[in-house]
Amino acid sequence: MTKRTEKILVCCGTGCIANGALDVAAAIEAEVAARNLDVEVSVDVVRTGCSGECEQGPVVRLMPRDTMYYRVKESDASAIIDSLEGDPVEKLLLKKDGMQVEHMDENPFYALQHKVVLKDVGIIDPLSLDDYIAHGGYEGLKRALEMTPEHIIDEVDKSGLRGKGGAGFPTGRKWRTAAGYDVFPKYIVCNGDEGDPGAFMDGSTMEGSPHAVIEGMIIGALAIGAEEGILYIRDEYALARDHIQKAIDSAYEAGILGDSILGTSHKLHLSIVRGGGAFVCGESTALMASIEGRVGEPRAKYIRSVQRGLFDHPTVLNNVETLASIPTILRDGSEEYAKLGTENSKGTKVFAMVGKVKHTGLVEVPMGTTLRTLIYDIGGGIIDDRPFKAIQTGGPSGGCIPESLLDLPVDFDTLTEHGAMMGSGGMIVMDDRSCMVEVARYYVDFLCEESCGKCTPCREGLRQMRAILTDICEGRGQEGDIELLERICHTMEDASLCALGRTAANPVLTTIKFFRDEYEAHIKEHRCPAGVCAELTQFVIDAAACTGCGMCMRACPADAISGEKKQAHTIDPAKCIACGSCREACHFSAVLTEGRSA
Amino acid sequence: MVSAEEVARIIEAYPADRRFALAAMQDMQNEFNYVPEEGLEMLAEHLGCPIAQLFAMATFYKALSLTPKGKHIIKICNGTACHIRGAMNLVTGVKRELNIEPGETTEDGLFSVEIVNCVGSCALAPVMLVDGIYHNKLRVEQVPGIIDSYRAKDGEQHD
Ligand SMILES: Cc1cc2nc3c(=O)[nH]c(=O)nc-3n(C[C@H](O)[C@H](O)[C@H](O)COP(=O)(O)O)c2cc1C
Ligand code: SF4
Ligand code: FES
Ligand code: FES
Repeated sequence: MTKRTEKILVCCGTGCIANGALDVAAAIEAEVAARNLDVEVSVDVVRTGCSGECEQGPVVRLMPRDTMYYRVKESDASAIIDSLEGDPVEKLLLKKDGMQVEHMDENPFYALQHKVVLKDVGIIDPLSLDDYIAHGGYEGLKRALEMTPEHIIDEVDKSGLRGKGGAGFPTGRKWRTAAGYDVFPKYIVCNGDEGDPGAFMDGSTMEGSPHAVIEGMIIGALAIGAEEGILYIRDEYALARDHIQKAIDSAYEAGILGDSILGTSHKLHLSIVRGGGAFVCGESTALMASIEGRVGEPRAKYIRSVQRGLFDHPTVLNNVETLASIPTILRDGSEEYAKLGTENSKGTKVFAMVGKVKHTGLVEVPMGTTLRTLIYDIGGGIIDDRPFKAIQTGGPSGGCIPESLLDLPVDFDTLTEHGAMMGSGGMIVMDDRSCMVEVARYYVDFLCEESCGKCTPCREGLRQMRAILTDICEGRGQEGDIELLERICHTMEDASLCALGRTAANPVLTTIKFFRDEYEAHIKEHRCPAGVCAELTQFVIDAAACTGCGMCMRACPADAISGEKKQAHTIDPAKCIACGSCREACHFSAVLTEGRSA
Repeated sequence: MVSAEEVARIIEAYPADRRFALAAMQDMQNEFNYVPEEGLEMLAEHLGCPIAQLFAMATFYKALSLTPKGKHIIKICNGTACHIRGAMNLVTGVKRELNIEPGETTEDGLFSVEIVNCVGSCALAPVMLVDGIYHNKLRVEQVPGIIDSYRAKDGEQHD
């Protein structure tokens, strides 16, 4: 009897673990053991990284038959094992438009994606070097070892790869500059600080395919002549750190890292530095200060880090996603990579699409894909089919993009030309119940806490903006506030020392530019059109629409709602804290908002 | 209380080089839930640097705290994804339940509340963690029940 190999891939990314994936994996493993299945089939339970659809997790995939199961529970283990031989477990399949979708490529969420960086994430066991190698891992490194540094850099240059940490600086050019300095030692540093509060691309990449990041770093080190490398990883990312550390250990054991890379005379030593939990430490000079054991404050960049970076030596700093793109470029050649994307932005980009979109999760698409495709075709549209209002890209340094720009291709340059930006890959979808003034205040508040305080325009500018935006949100806005905000923004753009301060204006300027009417409604009419700002919002129940189902009453944390069953309910304004829980709970759109007279 | 031996064990795992200051302080934070002053003194001596430098770092980096924390640590994520999906309502709910502000610890020493930025499961927003356990897609009306379950657990242990 021939031995079949069945693989059961259990997604064990942060999202699925939060949903109980580890227990599911253990239950499936126990079931496999209990049935002694190894006799005729070898069943391998693989704990993978994020498959992208965290919201539907835990996600389990059977290979080679390619069946995807969603929202799996421990108690489903037995049915899943049964389905190795027979029909799929219907209740665990995805339902799209009334049809059941069994295979990955029939699911529009995956069908429109193109994975380079994430190609192995969700497929391989991140802790298995063998699994990575079986999927073509370290082939790129082998090719690089046969090439001169010059030649490696040419290849990266020709691929058109640009830094994915946000700024889009051409990676080949950065490497060439660093290679040109004859000062040793040189360093290669991986920026895994992922400071954007609402994005998890880099974390998921490190968790799900740690060897790809390491392979990218080794190739970079060969190109510039570095023998030491450091991965600076965000404090909160315990799982990513653990996977990277284990991958480093196994690479040393296999002779891929250390004093003789794959038997050659090349050396590279890698270690991890744990971030201290400061957004500004994602900035290159602050990050290096932090690694050196100092307070993470940026310095003025009269001299660039490629020349004098870590410990005053030539240093290349690259983002996780940039580095994880390198192995594929070296293995398949720069032409293949350059076929993807647009004229000036080649390849793919990973986005963490979250917020008020139906299918939240991690997606990778060719550069130049439109926002509309991302939100509607891949993301499935807005939750409850509510009206779209804006998409925020690029985190605290990014901007809010309105409906009118949804058909623009997303790449490094196009959105910037329209006063927004692509940024590092965070995408927050907002509907008509998101307040744009409050969003601006949120980012300014975040940056105010995170500004290192070294230079005045950033420190004071943010504080002033926070005060003004808070006033507007709380009903104390005045004529002239908008213009004052704009003036502060321009000063900060011109005079701040580092990019944190220089880009801090973006969330404010873009919301003013595209949603000025919302600012004006707050200031002039004392009304928050989205019904978010508590001081400016009164929730009321539309007696004609209310069915008296009682959902709102159960949802209200302040016991402010009363009413008899099947009779229209009412909200007691004295008890109401304007949290909006009732509006979210109501299936009949019976909860309305009114402004509050000042 | 924090024992000097424990602190010494953490510190001496690192070479006497300033670049390990942050890592040593993070280990103390992990072990004790805060960085004790004795710890800073011993670390300054070990690294041969002024204690003021370590204080500067301990106050700059959010991962470090100089005050002791409660037995259960409640972290409410207010990253953008969670914020958009109502994280501040969770904060209000927790405040109502425990009568403390974020950053504070309840008088009985049971709970500390912190607001944090993105814990990496944005797709499941809004998220609250209690002692590292995720509570996903949480609604404010579920908050009291979760807090009560921790109170009940501690009650059992005391009886
Ligand atoms: C305030 C601030 C925060 C940043 N945070 C990050 C970050 O979390 N991750 C990242 O890769 N780059 C971040 N950057 C960009 C880095 O400074 C740097 O440009 C990037 O890591 C270079 O890598 P790349 O060329 O591969 O993109 C940040 C920049 C600034 C100004
Ligand atoms: S711009 Fe802000 S974060 Fe950057 S150096 Fe100045 S104060 Fe610090
Ligand atoms: S963590 Fe499992 S799909 Fe994202
Ligand atoms: S924003 Fe809350 S988990 Fe990311």
